[in-house]
Amino acid sequence: MSNLLAAGVIAPEFRLHATPDQTVSLSELKGRPVILAFYPADWSPVCGDQMALYNEVLPEFRKHHAEIIGISVDGVWCHAAFAKARNLHFPLLADFEPKGAVAQMYGAYRTEGFSERALFVIDKDGVVRWSYLSPVAVNPGADGILEALESLQRELAYAT
Amino acid sequence: MQLKVAIYEHDHLQGPEDATVTLVEYGDYQCPDCVRVHPTVKLLQRRFGASLRFAFRNFPLAQIHPFAEPAAEAAEFAAAHGQFWEMHDGIFERQSPLSSELLLNLAKKNGLDVDAMAEALKRRAFLDRVKQDFMGGVRSGVNGTPTFFVDGKRHDEGTDFETLAAGIEAVRSRLDVKLLQR
Repeated sequence: MSNLLAAGVIAPEFRLHATPDQTVSLSELKGRPVILAFYPADWSPVCGDQMALYNEVLPEFRKHHAEIIGISVDGVWCHAAFAKARNLHFPLLADFEPKGAVAQMYGAYRTEGFSERALFVIDKDGVVRWSYLSPVAVNPGADGILEALESLQRELAYAT
Repeated sequence: MQLKVAIYEHDHLQGPEDATVTLVEYGDYQCPDCVRVHPTVKLLQRRFGASLRFAFRNFPLAQIHPFAEPAAEAAEFAAAHGQFWEMHDGIFERQSPLSSELLLNLAKKNGLDVDAMAEALKRRAFLDRVKQDFMGGVRSGVNGTPTFFVDGKRHDEGTDFETLAAGIEAVRSRLDVKLLQR
């Protein structure tokens, strides 16, 4: 069982390839909430696919100005083909070399050589505010993410 | 996971209101697994008769299934004219791939105003209704299609007849015992 980073911890910085010639780092996204969705591999069955679901819920995430990022150990070319086939409108990052290094930092790596199905909601200041580990065979859905984003928004409303 | 949206007046329902068990399906008309499970639902309804109420809610994965939303909207258009289940069954029991033409043919077959439906699909008049189902599903932890809830609890086991029937039977026998004890 992985030892997932819990709420309250500063989210570890990383920079990974989103495409062969483009990288994304966590710090670039500071100023808005970030959803990190670690998943075992591209190409799970279509109708129950976690990334396909997030793709549909994207407008709701955007209402919270949140960025969603998928991360698996698949390489950039695999991600590119997968994103194209599923018509995905958010980045998939390749935790490819050294393999699974980012998943390990987040406590979301499995010894079998791929990442857990693990979700993190990081606030605009880069602090983990919610994390969730799903059984690897179970798509965790989007309800937990939406609840976490809503609680961040309520906090902001109180603060102002 | 619990169903967050209780049965309400806009639901498409089959079976008596006082049925012992309510089965809710979140489905996508273009999803092959939903097409496969359609006859299974029919068999469950036959098996449980008046003790089962069934509700179908829309969960189109539109980015991977380009006809899922139009199909759901066509079914909602039919619902507005009292023909939901005819359209629903027609779409799932189709013998050719989903297309606008197929939807319009089904409308014609069911005596609906084809031009009015074409217009409603073009204006996306029923999209909000479909999206409302979808978001309710997301809130309830629907993570793919088909997803079933048996008396408000997500059914995480298989969607074959035996497994679904066992899930329904478990709830029914529990509730029947409660009724006897009263």
